[in-house]
Amino acid sequence: MPFTSSNPTSPMATDSSIASSTPSGSAGLDAETLRSQLGDIAANAGIRRWDLGAACSSDTSVQVDRGEAKQLKGAQRSSITIRVWNDDGLVGITSTSDLSPSGLARALAGARDASAFGNPDDTPAFSPLATAPLASLDQPIHEPAGILQLLDTLKDAERQLLARHSAIGTVPYNGLAERTSERIYLNSDGACRQQRLSTASLYLYARAEEAGRKPRSAGAVRLAYGAGDLDVAGCIDEAAERTISHLDYAPIETGRYTCVFSPEAFLDLIGAFSGLFNARAVLDGVSLSNRESLGEQLAVPFLSIHDNGLHPGNVGASAFDGEGTPTQRLALIEGGVLRNFLHSEATARAFGVAPTGHAGLGAKVSVGADWLEIGATTGSSGGQAGLNRFQADQAIVWIDSLSALHAGVKASQGSFSLPFDGWLVRGGEARSIEAATVAGDIRQVLKAIIGFEGEAKITPDGLCPLVWVEGLSITGEA
Amino acid sequence: MIATPSSSLPTAAACGDGFGSHWTPQLEALLAAGRAAGADLVEVFLERTDHLGLLAEQDRITSVTPAFGMGAGIRVFRNQRDGFVSTNDLSAAGLQRALDQALGMLGLQRSTLPAAGFDGLGALRDFAASKDDWLKRCPELQEASLHLLRGTDQLNRKGKHLQARRGSYARDWQEVLVAASDGTYGRDVRLHQSVGLNVLAADGEHRAGVGRRYGTSGRPDDLRLWDAEASAREVCESAGTMLYADYVEAGQLPVVLANRFGGVIFHEACGHLLETTQVERGTTPFADRVGQTIAHEAVTAIDEGLTGGAFGSLCMDDEGMEPQRTVLIENGVLQRFISDRAGELRTGHARTGSGRRQGHTFAAASRMRNTYIAAGPHTPEQLIASVDKGLYCKSMGGGSVGPTGQFNFAVEEGYLIEDGQLTKPVKGATLIGEAKEVMPRISMCANDLELAAGFCGSVSGSIFVTVGQPHIKVDSITVGGR
Repeated sequence: MPFTSSNPTSPMATDSSIASSTPSGSAGLDAETLRSQLGDIAANAGIRRWDLGAACSSDTSVQVDRGEAKQLKGAQRSSITIRVWNDDGLVGITSTSDLSPSGLARALAGARDASAFGNPDDTPAFSPLATAPLASLDQPIHEPAGILQLLDTLKDAERQLLARHSAIGTVPYNGLAERTSERIYLNSDGACRQQRLSTASLYLYARAEEAGRKPRSAGAVRLAYGAGDLDVAGCIDEAAERTISHLDYAPIETGRYTCVFSPEAFLDLIGAFSGLFNARAVLDGVSLSNRESLGEQLAVPFLSIHDNGLHPGNVGASAFDGEGTPTQRLALIEGGVLRNFLHSEATARAFGVAPTGHAGLGAKVSVGADWLEIGATTGSSGGQAGLNRFQADQAIVWIDSLSALHAGVKASQGSFSLPFDGWLVRGGEARSIEAATVAGDIRQVLKAIIGFEGEAKITPDGLCPLVWVEGLSITGEA
Repeated sequence: MIATPSSSLPTAAACGDGFGSHWTPQLEALLAAGRAAGADLVEVFLERTDHLGLLAEQDRITSVTPAFGMGAGIRVFRNQRDGFVSTNDLSAAGLQRALDQALGMLGLQRSTLPAAGFDGLGALRDFAASKDDWLKRCPELQEASLHLLRGTDQLNRKGKHLQARRGSYARDWQEVLVAASDGTYGRDVRLHQSVGLNVLAADGEHRAGVGRRYGTSGRPDDLRLWDAEASAREVCESAGTMLYADYVEAGQLPVVLANRFGGVIFHEACGHLLETTQVERGTTPFADRVGQTIAHEAVTAIDEGLTGGAFGSLCMDDEGMEPQRTVLIENGVLQRFISDRAGELRTGHARTGSGRRQGHTFAAASRMRNTYIAAGPHTPEQLIASVDKGLYCKSMGGGSVGPTGQFNFAVEEGYLIEDGQLTKPVKGATLIGEAKEVMPRISMCANDLELAAGFCGSVSGSIFVTVGQPHIKVDSITVGGR
């Protein structure tokens, strides 16, 4: 049983690490040192074929509570995942947070041993696109603002939000964070991908309560490449408006309604059912789609869904996936027709197509969507024109946000039953719904879309307008 | 069949001396430095982990995912504020850098003055002394693979219309050492193993996905003792029933929730709201209700970390405190909150050995352990017989609770109750409600308390917990459906 006998956790350990923290706290990985060390260790162990993904980050975050700092956090993280192909061509994998030479040696040995259990029917290979040119992303690197600056900003944001309405008593969930990070993909054929990034995030989730009424809550999130670029005012405005709009609530009668999904809610719903587009799930037999589904009319003829991790609105976009394949814009549904699946190297090989840049890194490689663009197919009618929920003849359920997707979505069955926050819009007036669930089947939803309202909005998960869907089941407490 | 070479993986436990009293001088130096800088309290949490994940699909192992790691979390308190820094760097310089950063968050700097109020750590309380061979006693990869494949094979034997069969196994080993400037100094080893079976049954347009997961703590032989046949039978029977089930009709209904994982209702509807984290945030309606009736008199609820082998049991919490049996609600009256160090500091509720975290990257918070409603005097049949028209929830999925106390959870396997009898199976139900409103409606508890292992995600990450209850009856709740 090969493993190193060094003690990686001893206080006397002297291994030098590949990850380092600069005096400013920013994260750093040395790709060339990593390649050199791993190459040497692999050669000594007789391992000829390997690849790795490594990540390193430095985070700072603050939370406040009614004008006082509540918790201040910092973190330096490093991790590495190594894959090894054995002499039979089978793959094994090991992950570790120990980037010291002894940690690398142990991880390499562990991956080699795990390769004895590799699946001969589904063996990943290096992506043929692991050395293809990458898109150039406009991602400015910002120096960290520092924890005291973050604290001042968040205290001020909380103060402003509390001042918006007398019923807003607390902002129980809040946070301002900044991160510098770096990720690397290397393989023994010479591929070398490296990306540095700085990002910042702000979330404000307010709780409001009026005498004799139930407490209500809502929030907002903003992302940027640096704390100084965050739209703090916009986040305060949105959190305040949404919270206040739910203060006057009423129960809704159970029944079928035409629903208008907010961009965030519809993106959440489609994201929860992205197994429809996932070649890995298709091959595993757990997708609603199958190999013959490409070309099928899956949705109304004016709907398009693209995956586009490269969209400038996707803050923190990755230029390459876990296998080093370049990120790209990919049509999933055009004109309502299923056009493409999301692929890793292995699934692409199984389908006879090129990898699409949606892979993780594993012995069995996962596949996932990046950032979705949802809207009308170019040149189509775009569905019913002039939709405006405030001018509708009928009562409309306007779904602002969905909850409990982890529990209420049955991705392999197509069904969902989800609590939501939203409003009943009747006669041009919107009134918050006290508590309700929306239920349906995603395949029916895609074919029951009436049209879109307003311009598409950029959200953390994608780009989408308001989406009208008819005939969904709403359960209320009236 | 899968190839089963004779191989095992190097493990964290096998590769190092681990934590112990040889760390004392360095830890004392860190704690003294923190106190000398002006901190009220300094806490160091050291962690080593060793994880093995296995996935079997149909009759083959398709993924083996070993992982090992280490790290530290340093927390500094001053007045009622705290700064927390985590790092993977356990070198002396790495830990000193983390301490400096945590001190700096509170406006403190290291000082050359002597540390007042820190008298050293004393003897290490070693809860791990009898556990150092746990990892070696767990099944090696080859043996674990065979057990898991036995599970997917049993699914094949017992199921019909199965489009996909999956088995998964996770073994999580963790060594922790907690040292704090109040003298706290403890070491423990934790071992959690869980095994799950999932199927997707399909017949024409009918589809049903069903899964079950079973877990224990501190039992290296757990996988060897797993009854794969019984688990597969349970999963396949549920899938066979739910494959052709109709969607539930929505409405306000009385429901009877089965024992074991039915306890997710208390976990979501009330348990989280009894954590001091929620008191601090002002997000629990029960903050000022100790000594008052908040639930039906039929309800007594407990949170403890003591039940042998249960997923949420521990010898010391992640702040070095031994766990307790904490009666939260007794005959409907609120008794206590679940509290950690920060919770005690900020709310005044005494610690209960409930400071828990996923790992070193999270500061500990007040979290549930084994949480359940106590058994009552009735039989499950009496509960069902008391309902004219309602829903029987045999198997529950996940759930969540929001900042206003609104909770929800999914029903995986349900049956209509008509005239006191179970009739046809129904699917697609989601139960929603408000904690304050639903607790008084739990009007009957049966005599068949059982626990079930689960995972709880919250402010300090994803942790191992147990939920549980006997069969209970809720007089009325909103059942979301079609």
